[in-house]
Amino acid sequence: MLISLDWLSDYVDCPLSTERIAEGLTMAGLEVESISLRHPQLKNVVVARIEGVQPHPNADRLKICLVRAGQSQTDNLLRIVCGAPNARPGMVAPLALPGAELPGGLVREAKVRGQLSAGMLCSQKELGLGEDHGGLWALSEELTAGTPLDEALGIKDVLMEIGITPNRGDCLSIMGIAREVAALCKKTASYPAIGLKEAGPPVASLASVTVDDPEGCPRYAARVIRGLKIGPSPAWLKNRVEAVGVRSINNVVDVTNFVMMELGQPLHAFDFNRLRGRRIVVRKAVAGERFTTLDSVERLLSEGTVMICDGEGPVAIGGVMGGLNSEIGPDTCEVLLESAYFDPVSIRRTSRRLGLKTEASYRFERGTDPEGVLRALDRAAALMVEVAGGEISTGRIDVYPSPIKGSEILLRVGKVNSLLGTGLTIDQMRGLLELIEMRVDKVGPDLLGVGVPGFRSDITREIDLIEEVARLSGYDDIPVTSPTACVRAADCDPCQMVRSALKDLLVGAGFFEVINYSFISSDATRMLGYVEESASLVSIRVKNPISDEQAVMRTTLLPGLLNNARYNIDHRSENFKIFELSKVFLPAKEGLQAEETHHLAGIMAGKRMSMALYGEGDVDFYDAKGVVEHVCAFLRIDEPRFRAGELPPWLDPSSSASVYVKDQRVGEVGRVHCQVEQSFDLKRAVFAFRLDFDRLFSLRGPLPVYSALPKFPPVPRDLALIADEKLAVEEPLEFIRSLEEPLIESLEIFDIFKSDQIGAGKKSIGYRLTYRAADRSLTDEEVNKVHGRLIEKLTAKFAVSLR
Amino acid sequence: MKRAVENLLETAGRALSELGDDPKALDRARVRFLGRKGELAQLFKQLGQVDEQDRREAGRVLNEAKAELEALFLKALDKNRDLAAAERPTIDVSVPGRRPPRGRLHPITQTAAEICRIFNWLGFETVEGPEIELDYYNFEALNIPKDHPARDMQDTFYISEDVVLRTHTSPLQVRTMEKRTPPVRVIAPGRTYRRDSDVTHTPMFHQVEGLMVGKGISFGDLKGILTTFVHQMFGQNVALRFRPSFFPFTEPSAEVDIECVMCRGKGCRVCKGTGWLEILGSGMVDPQVYTYVGYDPEEITGFAFGMGIERIAMLKYGIDDLRLFFENDLRFLQQF
Repeated sequence: MLISLDWLSDYVDCPLSTERIAEGLTMAGLEVESISLRHPQLKNVVVARIEGVQPHPNADRLKICLVRAGQSQTDNLLRIVCGAPNARPGMVAPLALPGAELPGGLVREAKVRGQLSAGMLCSQKELGLGEDHGGLWALSEELTAGTPLDEALGIKDVLMEIGITPNRGDCLSIMGIAREVAALCKKTASYPAIGLKEAGPPVASLASVTVDDPEGCPRYAARVIRGLKIGPSPAWLKNRVEAVGVRSINNVVDVTNFVMMELGQPLHAFDFNRLRGRRIVVRKAVAGERFTTLDSVERLLSEGTVMICDGEGPVAIGGVMGGLNSEIGPDTCEVLLESAYFDPVSIRRTSRRLGLKTEASYRFERGTDPEGVLRALDRAAALMVEVAGGEISTGRIDVYPSPIKGSEILLRVGKVNSLLGTGLTIDQMRGLLELIEMRVDKVGPDLLGVGVPGFRSDITREIDLIEEVARLSGYDDIPVTSPTACVRAADCDPCQMVRSALKDLLVGAGFFEVINYSFISSDATRMLGYVEESASLVSIRVKNPISDEQAVMRTTLLPGLLNNARYNIDHRSENFKIFELSKVFLPAKEGLQAEETHHLAGIMAGKRMSMALYGEGDVDFYDAKGVVEHVCAFLRIDEPRFRAGELPPWLDPSSSASVYVKDQRVGEVGRVHCQVEQSFDLKRAVFAFRLDFDRLFSLRGPLPVYSALPKFPPVPRDLALIADEKLAVEEPLEFIRSLEEPLIESLEIFDIFKSDQIGAGKKSIGYRLTYRAADRSLTDEEVNKVHGRLIEKLTAKFAVSLR
Repeated sequence: MKRAVENLLETAGRALSELGDDPKALDRARVRFLGRKGELAQLFKQLGQVDEQDRREAGRVLNEAKAELEALFLKALDKNRDLAAAERPTIDVSVPGRRPPRGRLHPITQTAAEICRIFNWLGFETVEGPEIELDYYNFEALNIPKDHPARDMQDTFYISEDVVLRTHTSPLQVRTMEKRTPPVRVIAPGRTYRRDSDVTHTPMFHQVEGLMVGKGISFGDLKGILTTFVHQMFGQNVALRFRPSFFPFTEPSAEVDIECVMCRGKGCRVCKGTGWLEILGSGMVDPQVYTYVGYDPEEITGFAFGMGIERIAMLKYGIDDLRLFFENDLRFLQQF
């Protein structure tokens, strides 16, 4: 809401400086967002009198004007080079001095064709105050030379942009802000005096109003003004409406806008002669009804929209916009002026359905003052006659079948102080509330009865009054206290803690965390190679996405990560490990609530070591698999199983695996399929892993139980098998484990290789076994026996030989 | 005896000073004086022949001499080692070390964690809730009925008529109170969504919601808790102010501004010349919200607050472009 301080001063005489007013309003809940001069371009522009005109020695079209720009006769005359044809001695015109920032640019002292000019004499257009560019702007010769131009013209003004929260519809007017400013400086705002003169026949004999929809339109008042003449607005009116950003149209329309801005009550002026049957009927629209509004758009109305009609059909959408068929035109000479109160919810619904927001609907949907309807009507009628002539017919129409009662609220002093933590007295509270025009009675030693004025429709409950007390006494004055609630340690959700610790684990392993949008392209699953949406990938669509790129809720973290990979490779960061641990979204199985579960996914690319000096080749499947094992180990999941096959289409089947824990599938890991790399425009091979974090979390192992440290030495034994190269190295390992030999403490693979000596199609696998007994030192004989038996069993089970 | 000891020390000192740099010579000298059959050991052997009344004193003298000799040799040894090391070929210590890998948490995660940690210290429990939220929790139960102008404050992504992407973390207020009996003290970080995309808005962003509800909790307590938070987060000397505002689910409501961290309140581009930065919204829970969760507003009071994590991260790290958070450029992520 734009406020002119000059206009504001018509209603409240506030001694505070602009800055103090702004500060005060902000701290009262009306945030002043900016303060600006009404005409910043008029800084350094003054009234000047041309005392003499000389020819320019070097140019025929230019003149040198000798100009007085100071009030004293003893001041030196300024030499101004000027090309305007109308410059003549005795003329009074605006002079822009060096430093003035005109719409055309900064004015400097400069040489024009060899002659120094101490400024620039201006036309209206050069000052941004009009369209006239025919020559210098001839000002009234009464004006005093040297006076700042905005002062001389009476257009010096400061504008404040105030952010009005949705509850403060009462502040959408100069008067509303004046009331708040008055409260700031403990004064009273004065409403404009209305000098209304009625004449001629009673209005009832000229027009009638019927309200068939009293819920949508609880109050409808009207006056008829006859014999007026449409024309441009006088300067004062134009200046006022333009100051607050409203375009001046004509005297009658400007008056309705002026009063709306002044009092916050939207008004509408109909061309009375175009109202068929000379009557107004307020009714609900029927479904399918069409109507053309002032802006020449034909609109389809929905059932229940409040319509203002004449004897035959609609002439306005109530509270939103008038119609083309009854618009004020240059020939209008009789006006029916409407001032009404519409139901906020109804107006909001209409405005939203039509996608049509107007100054009127904006105010009505925030709640106008049902008690202010007549004041605005009379004010506008009086002004109309003042600026457009004519006479106001006697009396007014006021259809108000069930008057809306202002709220009467009891305010408990104790409640106020306990909720705010203050120690205000009953009299202090009363004083504060009276500042904003509340009617306050002391109805008990600790109880106030408060009558709320009509313009504060947001105040209906005790809590609303408590807020007013808080805001008016100042939040700064409320003491800072510490809650006295009982001390209780905050619980913590284990899943959340584990996620946080797991992120730290990955960061410690060189991974960077990324955060991607939860919505992905509707094309993303296809880009991952899914032919059609598989059951696990049916995704939730956003009904009103900003773009197709953000149209569905992600079912997988991969698209985001692959895009991050592309972005970074394209920006020459080619060696990276990134991960995201976050939610994916699946449609609700039942009810409305979608399923949200956490996934963990990551991508690795480029060199294994980030330091070139110690580079050890590129990441491969085993790096990615190692991360999955690392994560599982962190969750105390002993043996995740990796199986080739059953892979999603985005993985390359030759070097990828699905991951199982206790026979439940928990994810997959491997090289991203080359076709997917192409779809995502990846210029390098990347490896990825994806884990259902929530499932993995549910499978996590128990807290470890301490076992006593061994007292006796271990006995290591190596075992090298030559096997078919297709044999999974894990199989013999699993077999040995399955034997549950109590003396075997641990078991690991220490090397795998192929060579000509071993022969084609074969590989050597080296296993290292560690034997140990808890109660004695093992002898070589003892170990050899067990180890020998083991070898027999292995060679019997697998087609392997000892190397 | 004493004489003999003094002689020994003197001889040893001279011998050491005449050693030169030869480590073997030092070794020989050590054997000569301190060895098992060395000169000192010889003196110790004579101890038995000393008169009984003097023996104690003689022992003391000998032990002192031993300590002194050992110190002398140790010093000589050190000197010798330094000399030896200087002659050996050395490694180039300027070659970069083999650093273990280290990634980074996203700055949003770090900032959220810091905010939550402060509130955890103050006894707030961290809770989470759905991002695809019912209209009921996102709006209705927060006193934002359909056709209320307050819905204009947030542009909403819809999944269906009754399901939205949560526009704020405030639904957690209702969800938490529904499940628990007062007192309640929770903090809820998470992703939020608004249909807005330009230089200063991303369609997804992060918020942290806080709620403290119980008997006798006042607006003064709101000021107390949030003042503590601001001082922990931005420093003890940062000024702050509580400014009246409007949220449909709190009353009275307050925006919290802090003194601009860029210009220290003098006025700059970041604070648009005001010297203040808006960092969080707060207020006393509106009694209407209690009726939705079955609390008695006459008995229970409390406050709620919410803040944008990106905003706080931007102030904390001096980031001037919101979009950087979601580009996931490693050159950006590496900086935190």
